[in-house]
Amino acid sequence: MNPKRFSSTDIVLPSLVLLIALLIWTVLSLLKVFPDSVFPSPLAVAKGFVEEVRNGRLVEDVVASLFRVTTGFALAVFTGIPAGLWLGHHARARTAFLPLINFFRNLSPLAWIPFAIMWFGIGDLPTVFLIFMSSFFPLVLATIAAVANIPSVYFRIANDYNFGNVETLTHVTLPAIAPQVITSLRVTAGVAWLVVVAAEMISGRAGLGFAVWDARNGLRMDLLVSSMVMIGLIGIVIDRILLQLTKIPSVRWGYER
Amino acid sequence: MNDKPLRVEDVSLSLGATVVFQHLSLSIGRGEFVAVVGPSGCGKTTLLNLLSRFIKPTAGKVECNGRVRMVYQHDSLFPWQTVSENISLGLRHLKDPSEKRRHLDAMLRLIKLENFADHYPHQLSGGMRQRVELARALIGDTDILLLDEPFSSLDYLTRIRMRNELARMLDQMPRTVVLVTHDIEEAAQLADRIVVLTDRPARVCSQFQIELPRPRELTHPRVVETVHEILTDLGLEHTGWQQVVAR
Ligand SMILES: Nc1ncnc2c1ncn2[C@@H]1O[C@H](COP(=O)(O)OP(=O)(O)O)[C@@H](O)[C@H]1O
Ligand SMILES: [Mg+2]
Repeated sequence: MNPKRFSSTDIVLPSLVLLIALLIWTVLSLLKVFPDSVFPSPLAVAKGFVEEVRNGRLVEDVVASLFRVTTGFALAVFTGIPAGLWLGHHARARTAFLPLINFFRNLSPLAWIPFAIMWFGIGDLPTVFLIFMSSFFPLVLATIAAVANIPSVYFRIANDYNFGNVETLTHVTLPAIAPQVITSLRVTAGVAWLVVVAAEMISGRAGLGFAVWDARNGLRMDLLVSSMVMIGLIGIVIDRILLQLTKIPSVRWGYER
Repeated sequence: MNDKPLRVEDVSLSLGATVVFQHLSLSIGRGEFVAVVGPSGCGKTTLLNLLSRFIKPTAGKVECNGRVRMVYQHDSLFPWQTVSENISLGLRHLKDPSEKRRHLDAMLRLIKLENFADHYPHQLSGGMRQRVELARALIGDTDILLLDEPFSSLDYLTRIRMRNELARMLDQMPRTVVLVTHDIEEAAQLADRIVVLTDRPARVCSQFQIELPRPRELTHPRVVETVHEILTDLGLEHTGWQQVVAR
């Protein structure tokens, strides 16, 4: 019940694993298992990283990617959750829409890349569109499922204690679905981050995905790996930020049963 | 003022193809504690839903004079609200915050959960949660309390503890009570009158009056005797307990 105390092994053990991984990487590059041009050493990557920071490209790429993923994801959250709430409360509408939503949910958003480019050209818009397509449908489905899971006795209580419609929404439905929706936000944000990188490789101009693509075209494997490291780290940070939502006292119940 | 706050007159009710009640009549006096026992699925919960006016009878009349609160069969505390917030739902009709605070503090003292005011339901034991459910239903000025198997999910000892707790709370804040239970001991220990229902369509099979002041002990001879009478009535016991003692 009490949150586990943060112990020193929580830092020591992962650091140890990282160190060993770094060591294996160094050894492999020293042994020249692959030529330097296709297997950069940690040192080369570090130099490339510094170079990218100095010339400002790294910041530019990170900002571009984060802007696109945030915009697309926010659009999906602010339309997908209300849509899920509405469908969750209307059985007939749910029956009507569910097959279509399921269809799109199972369609990889990357399949839309050609259309995204043809419809929205190059730049932020096609990527935002792809992020939206990747996040909207899973969020709708998760919200519908969460609404369906609300025990009906909660609505009975709301009725007994004279809650109005708006109050029932804000004080019963929303808090009741919050834990499940937060879990789904974390999963969906992870997918959105995967998609932004993939989408930028093809339709991008700036952005971390574009940087990967650009480095590959320029045969700069050191820069490629430094972008990869950045992508992975930001992915972890995004999840960590969303993880904070699960620490709100009034949603803890959803994770401790 | 009517001295029969709850009255069911010649009520019939069908839910879909299920005939739950046919010509059921029952009335409950002010301040009376009535326990309703009967086989599962016979319509006990449905009877409470009729009494609280949540559903309407197909035919007949249901009268309910007074403010009703119900405690449900399943956990119905809002898990996203603290103990205080959950109990305060019962005080929504009050405007004055300091008056609310006073009522809430008194109730927390009564259920001995002063130190758990800011805890969430999942941080409490089953018995504590059930005390909060009772507190939410009892707080504020209500007249009628409907209890749907409130202790059935608790272990035996906790259940006995909760009976004493309920009797103590009702001693402080008297109410007209209808308790649905499948526990005949519980009914005999707590109620002024026990109504035994038949299988569907449910009729009143027999009634037992227990003229004994509340709260009472589980092993009080009159309570034990009533349990025996009911079990005999249901064909589950045959020899009289007096005979067993005499032997
Ligand atoms: N909404 C409903 N629609 C159809 N049948 C119902 C409904 N609610 C209850 N029933 C039926 O009515 C009968 C009585 O149910 P209930 O009052 O819950 O029994 P219990 O005595 O166990 O509390 C059961 O057979 C149940 O299947
Ligand atoms: Mg029932």
